[in-house]
Amino acid sequence: MASKVIQALYNDDDVLMHAVKKVRAEHHHIEEVYTPFPVHGLDKAMGLEDTRIAITSFMYGCLGLAVAIIMMNYIMIADWPQDIGGKPSFSYLENMPAFVPIMFEMTVFFAAHLMVITFYLRSRMWPFKKAENPDVRTTDDHFLMEIGVHDNEDELTALLQETGAVEIKVTEKES
Amino acid sequence: MYTFSNKLRIGSFIAMAVGLIFLAIGFVSAPSTVEEAKAIVAAAHDDGHGGGHGEEATTHAVASDHGAEEAHGEGHDASHDEHLLHQLQNRPWSALYVAAFFFFMISLGVLAFYAIQRAAQAGWSPLLFRVMEGITAYLVPGGIIVFVILVLSVLHMNHMFVWMDADVVAHDKLLQGKAGYLNPTFFLVRATIFLGGWIFYRQYSRKLSLAQDESDDNSNFVKNFRWSAGFLVFYLVTESMMSWDWIMSVDPHWFSTLFGWYVFASMFVSGITVIAMVVMYLKSKGYLQEVNDSHLHDLAKFMFAISIFWTYLWFAQFMLIWYANIPEEVTYYVARIEDYKLPFFGMLVMNFIFPLLVLMNSDYKRVNWFVVMAGIVVLAGHYLDVFNMIMPATVGDQWHIGIPEIGGILFFGGLFVYWVFTALTKAPLLPKRNPFLEESRQFHY
Repeated sequence: MASKVIQALYNDDDVLMHAVKKVRAEHHHIEEVYTPFPVHGLDKAMGLEDTRIAITSFMYGCLGLAVAIIMMNYIMIADWPQDIGGKPSFSYLENMPAFVPIMFEMTVFFAAHLMVITFYLRSRMWPFKKAENPDVRTTDDHFLMEIGVHDNEDELTALLQETGAVEIKVTEKES
Repeated sequence: MYTFSNKLRIGSFIAMAVGLIFLAIGFVSAPSTVEEAKAIVAAAHDDGHGGGHGEEATTHAVASDHGAEEAHGEGHDASHDEHLLHQLQNRPWSALYVAAFFFFMISLGVLAFYAIQRAAQAGWSPLLFRVMEGITAYLVPGGIIVFVILVLSVLHMNHMFVWMDADVVAHDKLLQGKAGYLNPTFFLVRATIFLGGWIFYRQYSRKLSLAQDESDDNSNFVKNFRWSAGFLVFYLVTESMMSWDWIMSVDPHWFSTLFGWYVFASMFVSGITVIAMVVMYLKSKGYLQEVNDSHLHDLAKFMFAISIFWTYLWFAQFMLIWYANIPEEVTYYVARIEDYKLPFFGMLVMNFIFPLLVLMNSDYKRVNWFVVMAGIVVLAGHYLDVFNMIMPATVGDQWHIGIPEIGGILFFGGLFVYWVFTALTKAPLLPKRNPFLEESRQFHY
């Protein structure tokens, strides 16, 4: 990561999208874009890879299903197979309809919660985390594109000026 | 404009002809006397054993079968034999009825989907309206055929609905209690009202839809919106009652409160699947250029979601009855699990597990052959669903998926294809003037 970055501010998501496409066409690496709300299609324009979080969720769901089956099988069938109201506890399959609500809920529980935790971990979000916001206006009504500077400050400034940036600044990036 | 391809037309005629022959064979080979019925059952036993064993084993099996048959024969009383005769006589009728209802149900499901799209003012689907209207065209012949079968049942041509038999009702307190609702006259009056309402909405909405193309304001569109909203209210009530009348009443001692929803989910998912398949067929022939992957993706999402909805209702019905195990309710499932194990649980795999795994991935929902494959399995699964709802009550353990059943599927499948694709040639496949048309063209997910 370059220690010096150029930050261009925009006040419209359409302008931002065009700017992103143009900068990518000129083969500059966009380090980050800050927006106050999700801009539809921005990930495609930036060429970001698809998320794989749905796949993790599917696997967590399978895990939850397995936990439910093993738990109910152990408790209700293997450990202490009592006759409770005439329900057949001879094998798991025989009494399975009664376990389906638990199996379903556990699947959803694991799939949802573990996926959310995965999301937090991958996007490094936690309470008391220091906000990484280069400009307070980006949470309100401005869009910010950040590009690393490699001795081409003037060229980049001219390019960004062309794309309709309302403000351009060059700063040292800490860390 | 769409032109009906000759290959498809000839294919549908062949299917109809073969189906008719098979159905005729089914009706001709049905027994007319008790003796014939017993002979058929004995022969079926021999065949079953002969097919499965080697030559030496065959003679042995036949011999032991005869022994069993004789021992059985002594135990039988006359009413048991007559029961068997009725079951065997019902088989071609039930095969006819299941297939007729299945294809009718598809077009009714599409009609419900179409009305929902109109009432919800969906922005993605107007490109597909003509396809849906084409499929619902089958409502008219399909509904009339189902109605004719019901009239023939009332005229005692078969024994599918036991409550229609005055002798049976005379000895059955439960049926006497229900006679205020389940009596032949009221039954046919209700059927007329249901079919009349559905067909009226279908024809009128189609007319407004075509008129909208030629008009210079949106009054037809607004009218269609209002009629669709009204139809949905009517449909919800009548569909539920239809399921009690036409399906649940073959088991007149049994009742279930969510049965109407269950039948609805079955017809809805079959209807959406058929929309997707017809759209893909027409697109592959180059007729629906503007329909893109995203439309297909949306249809596949509906197939996926409604398949799960169907399973939810299936399980809700099954689990409540299994759990409480009240004898008067549970016989319904006892009969199915004892005699229909494979179709009963097989349909659960076809209607739930298969679409769940195949259609979960967002990318797969855009792959045509994947959706077609899932669609074929889902349709077969819902045929089995109707089969499982009707057959245990009408033919009992004498069921078989053989010549009459396949004949029914072929005949009505052929008729369905012929009628639907003929209807598609009657109007341009793309509406010209719909307020949401441009949004639908640009639809992208």
